Amino acid sequence: MAQSVVVQVGQCGNQIGCCFWDLALREHASVNKKGIYDDALKNFFRNVDTRGTGISKGRICSLKARAVLIDMEEGVVNEILQGPLKDVFDSKQLITNVSGSGNNWAVGYKVFGSHYRDQIVEKLRQTAEHCDCLQCFFLIHSMGGGTGSGLGTFILNVLEDEFPEVYRFVTSVFPSGEDDVITSPYNSVLAMKELNEHADCVLPIENESLFDIVSKINQMINSGKPGTTVKQQSLVTLNEGGIKKKLDEKPFDKMNNIVANLLLNLTSSSRFEGSLNMDLNEISMNLVPFPQLHYLVSSLTPLYTLADVNIPPRRLDQMFSDAFSKDYQLIQADPKHSLYLACALLVRGNVQISDIRRNIERLKSSLHFVSWNQEGWKTSLCSVPPVGHSHSLLALANNTCVKPTFMELKNRFLRLYKKKACVFDITSFMERNLSVRSLLKFLSFLVCQAALWESLAHLHHYLQVDRMEDSCFTEAVSSLSSLIEKYNELDVTKGLPIHEQVRLNIVI
Amino acid sequence: MSVVTVQLGQCGNQIGYEVFDTMCRDLHNTQGFCSKRENEIYQASCKEHFFNEDKSEVPVARALLIDMEPKVISQTLLKAAHSGRWKYGQHSHFCQRQGSGNNWAYGYSVHGPKHEESIMNLIQREVEEYDSLSGFSIIMSMAGGTGSGLGAFLTQNLRDAYPNSFIMNQVIWPYGTGEVIVQNYNSVLTLSHLYRSSDALLVHENDVVHKICAKLMNIKQISFRDVNQVIAHQLGSVFQPTYSSEDSFQYRRNPLGDLMTALVPHPEFKMLGLRNIPQMPENSLAYTTFAWAGLLKHLRQMLISNAKMEEGIDWQVRPPLSGLPALEKVSPNKELRFNTSIANLLILRGKDVHSADTGGFKDPALYTSWLQPSDAFCEWRTHRAFNKYEKSAALVSNSQFLLKPLDTIVGKAWNMFASKAYVHQYTKFGIEEEDFLDSFTVLEQIVASYCNL
Repeated sequence: MAQSVVVQVGQCGNQIGCCFWDLALREHASVNKKGIYDDALKNFFRNVDTRGTGISKGRICSLKARAVLIDMEEGVVNEILQGPLKDVFDSKQLITNVSGSGNNWAVGYKVFGSHYRDQIVEKLRQTAEHCDCLQCFFLIHSMGGGTGSGLGTFILNVLEDEFPEVYRFVTSVFPSGEDDVITSPYNSVLAMKELNEHADCVLPIENESLFDIVSKINQMINSGKPGTTVKQQSLVTLNEGGIKKKLDEKPFDKMNNIVANLLLNLTSSSRFEGSLNMDLNEISMNLVPFPQLHYLVSSLTPLYTLADVNIPPRRLDQMFSDAFSKDYQLIQADPKHSLYLACALLVRGNVQISDIRRNIERLKSSLHFVSWNQEGWKTSLCSVPPVGHSHSLLALANNTCVKPTFMELKNRFLRLYKKKACVFDITSFMERNLSVRSLLKFLSFLVCQAALWESLAHLHHYLQVDRMEDSCFTEAVSSLSSLIEKYNELDVTKGLPIHEQVRLNIVI
Repeated sequence: MSVVTVQLGQCGNQIGYEVFDTMCRDLHNTQGFCSKRENEIYQASCKEHFFNEDKSEVPVARALLIDMEPKVISQTLLKAAHSGRWKYGQHSHFCQRQGSGNNWAYGYSVHGPKHEESIMNLIQREVEEYDSLSGFSIIMSMAGGTGSGLGAFLTQNLRDAYPNSFIMNQVIWPYGTGEVIVQNYNSVLTLSHLYRSSDALLVHENDVVHKICAKLMNIKQISFRDVNQVIAHQLGSVFQPTYSSEDSFQYRRNPLGDLMTALVPHPEFKMLGLRNIPQMPENSLAYTTFAWAGLLKHLRQMLISNAKMEEGIDWQVRPPLSGLPALEKVSPNKELRFNTSIANLLILRGKDVHSADTGGFKDPALYTSWLQPSDAFCEWRTHRAFNKYEKSAALVSNSQFLLKPLDTIVGKAWNMFASKAYVHQYTKFGIEEEDFLDSFTVLEQIVASYCNL
């Protein structure tokens, strides 16, 4: 069976990664009662003896995560290493620094990227060499900050150069509108260009959506409906396995857990048996009709599988309906009112093919599919359900509903960037042969308008970085614009009558 | 003469298992409506074709399990071993660690050449075990990557390596929607390649079988296992031993070869379909009796009206008056009114089988003008009942039955191809737009040929 390696970058990436490993261990512990190192475990874990030598068969000695942990601060990684998961990682899998990337994509990508390249390649190689068939890298990062966004996308390039055959799945956490990082639009747009060009599949996540889902789960718990009980030892959000649980649990822990669950469900069919398997390489094959349109909107249902609660099970069909509702998407999007290019339903547990077929039949009339893929459904059935539940569904949609997220990002970028543009208008009245860089330095003394000053100062921080040119910004934003345009072109076909293409004519 | 079954991919392996299991359960069925002695001969004949004996006296299936991914094969081997009735050979499987990812091109152009030698050696070793080889039965789906892509590659290789053996592909036709998004591309590529190297394609449509599970077998929550068991029953009804002639009580030596001879008179036409009657839940069998006349009347109407099961048959459809040209030419996308046959093979099993009157199938109006019913129709009768059915009939036919599904698949694939969607996934592994066009041409040709019967 093929293996996967998780590359977690930056604070957000490492926090999610940590939740993921915790959940993965629990899931395997509940399925694998005999303590034998089996193929399913092999997917994400090595089994090593006391001397650190890998063992391919037999009893579980010590499990090591197939992971590379990278952060340019120490905080989160240190917390992991002091927490209950410490034995799952060893120091050879880590790269840390103390200085941080200062929420600056350019520092992460250009400075730390070139500085750590060799070390990154070496750690990746080591991890890859422990796999007998490496199929997939899962990169987890956020878009708004400096390390995850900058160094994360740098690593994506490295992965493509060094392991061109291995799939690159990226889980990207997009900043919410009211992000406390002012430069997050810059970072995100610069990172988007890299995702466009170097990822096989991107699973965008928005913090706002995660927050809404967590609120909804809390509401469920507090609703006091008969039969609703808080589980004491539930798998899912009890997160003491990961980062040590503090008295005041941050909402982020629950939010990160949702993303960790997404990865768990995404890989369940390639780890466990089922009557209709779905290997990871089938995801991009079925869901990516054109190379750049590789952004997949995900939803997880039923929600209570994400919570520590026992809720009286609803009808199975409700699980399918919810998966298409905008309230259940992991980004702020409404797939029902946009255009589907393709859709995958990854089902776990006690569900049969007839249940899937019935629900597709029931739901498809309320969904719009692109003219050339009217029956764009991919399904899988994994017989092992999530721990403590009877069934679950992960829906992945290649749908034009991601467009608003990208447009919003672009607008926020432009709002920040335009301020700079207006500076240039003023400067055009002045000396013409000054370079942009010196101009900016010069201007930063002259202009006192607060906002202008702020935005210039930010831009200045980027342009200070070696090999970071103004063109990086313009190229990034035009890459984003052309992606949005591709979605636009598809969107205009929505609702148009479908023409059969004229077929080949055979002369007899 | 032996038949080597090649189980390919998840679907092929799951169905292969059910086929052998069905056959074995049938062999041990004491309600075979025949004497112990007769049953022993029946068993011996079945084993001669499909099983080996080893020291343990548990029959070993003459099958090879091939997948590019290990999970399904290890599960299948285990299930067979646990059945206690039969098992797979110890070294009869080949798997890799990473599947074809639903990509026909990956199965055909990457896995195929890479594992050609190992797989062909495996097959050769299997073939050398027997005195005489009749041919191969390859079970594969068209939707995925391994069954379809590697299946097409292997079929071609087998044709080259065993030019005198029969090759029959058991093709699992995907559901119209909901399995694999690129299934229409994969199907078009598979069918066009198989058409060049296979002797016959016996098609099993998931949608049809699913409906049989729902309507005839009364299964509420239908699983793949249910679907596969119906397919296994249908295949068993054809390939379990049959008398070679009506009065000899000798079993047929070469069922695969005889079937091809009967059904594929022209290389342009090799799409075969299967209809069975009756089909019902096992626990209803005890309360039901059948008469041959009724069964055959239904089966004939199923054939000419192209009904896939005995429920919902259109009794209005009648053969055109012989001698007169058909009023309208068949068009593939219209609902077929009358299903013209090239050839039919009727297999009857059970009580009073010799009293069954098959005259209705010998009407020249059922067939094309270029074949006489005496050449186009063939029947095999066997006294022993099959799979607990006191009387049962299976009809394998080479007819226009597949026109609509085939045309639909080609049409959907063509619409997608016009937008160039997903094509990059194939060119990545060496299947170019030209190759697609070639395949489309082959299939349009097949559609046109069957239309013009």
